[in-house]
Amino acid sequence: MSKEAVKPTSNSFIMLRAMVGIGILCGFLIVVAYEGTLPRVQRLKAEALEAAIFKVIPGITQTKTFMWDGESFVPAKEGDDPRVYAGFDDSGELIGVAIEASGQGYADIIRILYGYDPQKQQIIGFYVLESKETPGLGDKIEKDESFLDNFIAMDVSLTDAGAIANPIVPVKSGAKQNDWEVDGITGATISSRAIGNILAESTALWMPRIFNHTSAFNVEM
Amino acid sequence: MSTGTNHTETKSTDEFIKGLWNENPVFVQVLGMCPVLAVSNTAENALAMGLATAFVLLMSNTLVSLLRNFIPKEVRIASFILIIATFVTITDYAIQAISVDLHKSLGAFISLIVVNCLILSRAEAFASKNTLGKSMMDALGMGLGFLFALFCLGAVREILGNGTFFGLALFPDTFQEWIVMILPAGGFFTLALWLLIFNLIKQRKEATA
Repeated sequence: MSKEAVKPTSNSFIMLRAMVGIGILCGFLIVVAYEGTLPRVQRLKAEALEAAIFKVIPGITQTKTFMWDGESFVPAKEGDDPRVYAGFDDSGELIGVAIEASGQGYADIIRILYGYDPQKQQIIGFYVLESKETPGLGDKIEKDESFLDNFIAMDVSLTDAGAIANPIVPVKSGAKQNDWEVDGITGATISSRAIGNILAESTALWMPRIFNHTSAFNVEM
Repeated sequence: MSTGTNHTETKSTDEFIKGLWNENPVFVQVLGMCPVLAVSNTAENALAMGLATAFVLLMSNTLVSLLRNFIPKEVRIASFILIIATFVTITDYAIQAISVDLHKSLGAFISLIVVNCLILSRAEAFASKNTLGKSMMDALGMGLGFLFALFCLGAVREILGNGTFFGLALFPDTFQEWIVMILPAGGFFTLALWLLIFNLIKQRKEATA
């Protein structure tokens, strides 16, 4: 190393002062930017979610938000959790319910929304709300048409005991034989598996609740 | 004219022009290849990424230049990275506030602006040694040069690979898209093509001079 490294020109206090000073300044800037953009970010996210509900339950004209209170579904107020989104047609008939689910993908958390038709007992739509999967590989879970075809009529029917008859399982690309299997994507094994697992976990929880309480959605709001 | 090593004698406008052309960060310095190859698959993505990078570069160069006498050299890299990461985070929030779709399509690459070697190299090589005005000019020139290069790649790749420009269809339906151009390999082909063109122009210029 050069002589400068042997004889430091700055003492510890000056180094510490610079680092702490910059740290405080940067922290302040980040918090200001976060607070400043938060209301608009939240509004845009809510709009995106609303648009996604119409995508995953085809044929609806209006939506209502419900909360699971432990026993049944009740109309949800702002901030209530866990919540689902019921979709109705013009005549007020329940068409399906959209459920949000999330889980670990290849990179960061994947957030999805899927539509459930309690009459057919099928998943009828699927949309990726948020993912940071590798562009060109993992992000095929959002774009690959043959992958999205998995979720047009996916069987999630219940047994008499009220559990999912055939839990959703991810399989290798091209190996799908049954309506409850998720056909994987070559080159995006981890991401497509993650979707299968997220759905399996979420459907096991929500399908019995929704199927047994569909009448709870038919309320005037 | 000075030999160029003596920065105090060069004018601010020179600092601006050099980044656009003679020292273009992509076509001449070949810096920041990760976003250049990855996010240049469409003209829109390229433009958004270029603008985000230029903004971070401008803000970090400004702050580094302002604080250049306050930062001891032993902790300068840590300080620069902290400053750069701050502005990348701010940019991330800003893009989220502009459009959810845009944020989705840029995805993981926004956070990766932090490790774009172009930004750290301008902080280290230029802003930490020069006045505020010059550092801002340098950042603007380099940022716009980067934007220009990214746009050159994005436009070619979108037109050939998708048959569109900013989402507008350019060709009749019979046009067969060159899918490879929007795939990662197309990024390398297009970059090579532009580097070739750039070097040809440079050679011609030097030959006539």
